[in-house]
Amino acid sequence: MTVTDIKAKLMQGNQACAEGAIYAGINFYAGYPITPSTEIAEVLAERMPEEGGKFIQMEDEIASMAAIVGASLTGAKTMTATSGPGFSLKQENFGYGIVAETPCVVVNVQRLGPSTGGPTAPAQGDMMQARWGTHGDHPVIALCPSTVQECFDLTVKAFNLAEEFRTPVLLLLDEVIGHMRERVFVPQPGELEVVDRIKPEAGTQNYLAYQPVDSTLVPPMASFGDGYRFHVTGLLHDETGFPTNNSEVMGSLIERLHQKIERGREKIVIVEEIDIDDADVVIIAYGCVARSAQKAQKMARKKGQKVGILRLITVWPFPEEEVLRVAEKAKALIVPEMNRGQIKDVVQSAVVGKAEVYGIGNVDGEMVSPCQILAKIEEVL
Amino acid sequence: MDKEWEIRLGGTGGQGLITGGIILAEAAILDGKVAVQSQSYGPESRGGSSKAEVIISNDEIDYMKVKDADLLLVMSPEAAKKYKDEVKEDAIIIVDTTYVKDFEATKGKVYEVKISHLARHEAGRELVANIVALAVIVGVTNVVSRSALEQAVLSRIPKGTEELNKKAMAVGFKAIEEVLNAA
Repeated sequence: MTVTDIKAKLMQGNQACAEGAIYAGINFYAGYPITPSTEIAEVLAERMPEEGGKFIQMEDEIASMAAIVGASLTGAKTMTATSGPGFSLKQENFGYGIVAETPCVVVNVQRLGPSTGGPTAPAQGDMMQARWGTHGDHPVIALCPSTVQECFDLTVKAFNLAEEFRTPVLLLLDEVIGHMRERVFVPQPGELEVVDRIKPEAGTQNYLAYQPVDSTLVPPMASFGDGYRFHVTGLLHDETGFPTNNSEVMGSLIERLHQKIERGREKIVIVEEIDIDDADVVIIAYGCVARSAQKAQKMARKKGQKVGILRLITVWPFPEEEVLRVAEKAKALIVPEMNRGQIKDVVQSAVVGKAEVYGIGNVDGEMVSPCQILAKIEEVL
Repeated sequence: MDKEWEIRLGGTGGQGLITGGIILAEAAILDGKVAVQSQSYGPESRGGSSKAEVIISNDEIDYMKVKDADLLLVMSPEAAKKYKDEVKEDAIIIVDTTYVKDFEATKGKVYEVKISHLARHEAGRELVANIVALAVIVGVTNVVSRSALEQAVLSRIPKGTEELNKKAMAVGFKAIEEVLNAA
């Protein structure tokens, strides 16, 4: 047994997410519990007072989202967690968070929808809602863990990206990953990077809360109470934060919001490639279904079939270049997911006809099984 | 132990099988192994039946759901009926004969132990039937070490119940030894 083995702990996905938030320095959580995300609130309700943070159970999901945006403006690292029905309610204030450029983390442990749906069967049906659930043209960052370890690590990453890019970040779990328990190596303080937002330099005169000062296009962010005066609104605004109807200013704000994410792409987009170099068929998977894909891929290789995996850890912004690279070499791509092809359609448009794209879409609350994927491999080879 | 164990614990709600699954997974990790524990929230989890699934391996575990079990524990007639066929040919099946009568296996090797009865009369409370069952499982399979099991049990139970739970483990180990010796 090695030293790292001794640090291993059995944790539930939701618990690892909560502990990851603590590691990242969360000091404000507001939420309205809903299965299958409830354990995140349960763990943080107990842990946050120990760590000197504030936990508030709000009256509903709308208020929870508003609370974490507001608290973030005071300098806090903030998070909320929910599932599909609550995620729908959060959309308006999520968009506010994007336009007001307030770092925060929103966790959606997906369950079978639409509406109240099938409590509490697993699903991955909110992938497109994550992308376009709030109105208007906006960028979005969404990460998708496949292991309990990743629930921890990617929660830390989500906080880091939120702080670095001054934007809300989504963490898309599913019921399977949220509720399963497995081994987690809890990192020591300092082992994982923890990023804090850039504040205006000391002594800054005439601070403008929405004026970038370098090529990152991310404006330094003062906290309420730091002594700077600035205005925050969901209306399109100029660099002072006050609303404007000037079309040039409105258009350039929306462009900048997209550009700051585009310029950070290398830090944001993460994928895992498994045996893709010689692969005839590549499975593109994310979340719990990536685990079925891994089992199917190993079984296929044992049979001599050249199968690889491209696992999407970042789903938004979509890893278009990575998918296209794979499509240029493989004959066929299989996208198994627990929805009716939400990511398959995006893959299809990214590969511009360079490979055939096949979907497997479970919408009955049952996980995509390795056998389903193996059968599809047989079919397309 | 060098094989991968797919384990299914089936019974009724309140028998502590989810906790049992968590303890087994925790013990495996204490042994330096890899373990995954999952539970079902689908329609099959309803109707009063309860199921916990654990996979224990020396290597990384990809798919977290159990299909055909290497080890099946059944503690209710419903669970016995539902899960007895979802096992591998050489599976080990442990039957709590307190509640499961006339168990007829189609495959696997069956070990019959009056788990709940022993928990009530030998250990002192039926509440610890899940702990008796874990000791029986470990007695047959050595899927985790006895010391890891004890450590995992003691870290999961309410304070003040240590002696009761230690007794439950001892009762389970003794019962399965008698079954193994008689065979």
